[in-house]
Amino acid sequence: MQPSKEQLLWMYAVMAKARYYEDTMAQAYMEGKSPKFDIGAGPVPGEMHLAAGQEPCAAGVCVHLRRDDTVTATHRPHHVAIAKGVDLNKMTAEIFGKRTGLAGGRGGHMHLFDPATNFACSGIIGESAGPATGAGLAARLQGTDAVAVAYLGEGAANQGAFHEALNLAALWQLPVIFVIEDNAWAISVAKDKSTAVADNSLRAKAYDIPGVHVADNDTLELFKVAGKAVKRARAGGGPTLIEVETYRYYGHFQGDPEVYRPKDEVSGLKARDPILRLRKHMLGKTDIREAEVEQALAKARAEVDAAFEFARKSADPAPEDALQHVFA
Amino acid sequence: MPSNRVLTGSRAMVEAIAHEMRADPKVLVMGEDVGAYGGIFSSTTGLLDEFGEERVRDTPISETAFIGAGVGAAMAGMRPIVELMFVDFFGVCMDAIYNMAAKNTYFSAGHCKVPMVLMTATGGGYDDGGQHSQTLHATFAHLPGMKVVAPSNAYDAKGLMTSAIRDDSPVLYMFHKGLQGLAWMAAPEGASAEVPEESYTIPFGEARVAREGSDVTIVAISMAVHHALAAAEALAKEGADAEVIDLRSLVPLDREAVLRSVAKTGRLVVVDEDYRSFGLTAEVITSVVETDPGLLKSAPRRVAFPDVPIPYARPMEQFCLPDPGKIQAAVAQTLGKVPA
Repeated sequence: MQPSKEQLLWMYAVMAKARYYEDTMAQAYMEGKSPKFDIGAGPVPGEMHLAAGQEPCAAGVCVHLRRDDTVTATHRPHHVAIAKGVDLNKMTAEIFGKRTGLAGGRGGHMHLFDPATNFACSGIIGESAGPATGAGLAARLQGTDAVAVAYLGEGAANQGAFHEALNLAALWQLPVIFVIEDNAWAISVAKDKSTAVADNSLRAKAYDIPGVHVADNDTLELFKVAGKAVKRARAGGGPTLIEVETYRYYGHFQGDPEVYRPKDEVSGLKARDPILRLRKHMLGKTDIREAEVEQALAKARAEVDAAFEFARKSADPAPEDALQHVFA
Repeated sequence: MPSNRVLTGSRAMVEAIAHEMRADPKVLVMGEDVGAYGGIFSSTTGLLDEFGEERVRDTPISETAFIGAGVGAAMAGMRPIVELMFVDFFGVCMDAIYNMAAKNTYFSAGHCKVPMVLMTATGGGYDDGGQHSQTLHATFAHLPGMKVVAPSNAYDAKGLMTSAIRDDSPVLYMFHKGLQGLAWMAAPEGASAEVPEESYTIPFGEARVAREGSDVTIVAISMAVHHALAAAEALAKEGADAEVIDLRSLVPLDREAVLRSVAKTGRLVVVDEDYRSFGLTAEVITSVVETDPGLLKSAPRRVAFPDVPIPYARPMEQFCLPDPGKIQAAVAQTLGKVPA
């Protein structure tokens, strides 16, 4: 399965937008945090987990999804939210803790919920798996061919929630795709120091479902693999487990001293940047013109800039509104 | 059909579930042994036969996955009823309960709804040891985002279950094993009750005056209501007229009903099978004390499980559990008949 020109341009635009979003967020996050770093200071306080380098995982899967498909993401959710089409203004305002945010500032960057695009995420490792399985069950009981995608980090593959959900989804043959974003680091612990198998896709064998490994953050390879998995799920063929070898350019969170990884690791990864590789493919192997790529890039950046401006200009929530929306 | 049908607690629960499943294709049931077995405490008896395996789903012993799946299914438009077999088992799946079910509504400013019922068996008194006998009312009532109900009789069991299924928020439905009317576990008189055949709801947060009285207010929930009623009958013979309030739900808590009763009686005893400290008993007493301490003619008393894990041996467990005698003693203290 080869991506069409439209699909290539869509993936490129999503990846470029996600990259620019994270780089912009990294700068905004540091405002008010120097000379002394205080995690609770500045316009974007709290923990911040950025996904620069992991864009293929978002674009290569979500390119196959529809609005009525469900996605549950991790504590590092921005790139996936962007790929699923979550409103960028509302999402950014939520991260800035503003009244105009997705939840009016109640959730924050690890708790982004958008029923318009069936997107949710969680700050707890492995907790994307159960709800995606339930969304798959709902699709089945409702008689639709919607699917659900659960994103997990490679560290989450050692959580019970992951294995329980894999078993349940396989047992009930639910339309769920489990996507492990293997960025090699569970905060500071390397995959080979925490995980008994080098390749988590092998764990699919334990549940008698297809397991596929995508090496080297390869957008086009993931496009194929995910396309097959989504097609299979829509047709009632049950779940698939995919592990994508991806990159984490930033630390686990902003402010992470990163004492645990070699200084030159990131520069080495950036030499194989997936967005540049996709661009090279588009310009070298297809009839997409550079002007089209530049146009997509400019549009993506403009949307991000507008979202940050929207968030900054939005009003803070009324403090007492903290007491609203505990119940439906 | 006779209008004075008496049903057990479990039959009443099942009737409510079956009615809602007939009326609404979005309702499904899942949990361990809810299919052919019909629920270890008969909470799903007969549902598989009527509704089939798609809507009445036996699950693997994977509470984290199937409660998490309940959250996902609820957010995707279904109305799942999920059973956690014993409330004691919450330890393996609490994240799905309190970090997702209870918080997703808030985290979305109400844009996402989690209309899930988590039904779970509570209570001891039958020597099942400390991992199968707890009530844990306060553990769940303490955490924001879940409604928490605990019926004391079959009539309430049906009405509260219907309300729970129709509620757009997650509801923890805590049913006491000893009130289910199981063939293999004794139930107090009054646990089974007349239950109308037709569907009805009982609003959450509306306590019931289980017995009117004028001298002392006894507030209770679930099994403790029956102990309170037995104590009240014994007290009546001694000339003390106790009012018994059945809270029916912990969240929301009908503080007004407690205040109304205490305004009348001036004395308060709170009974709970849950652990004593940091729990329902303290919350109810606080409701009075921080609103109008002048209502109380004497110090309020509480009868609850002492702060120890639940012991196995019968004499030890019975020593710890609330019972009518302990409630009578507490009432006597509020009446000044014995030193506090």
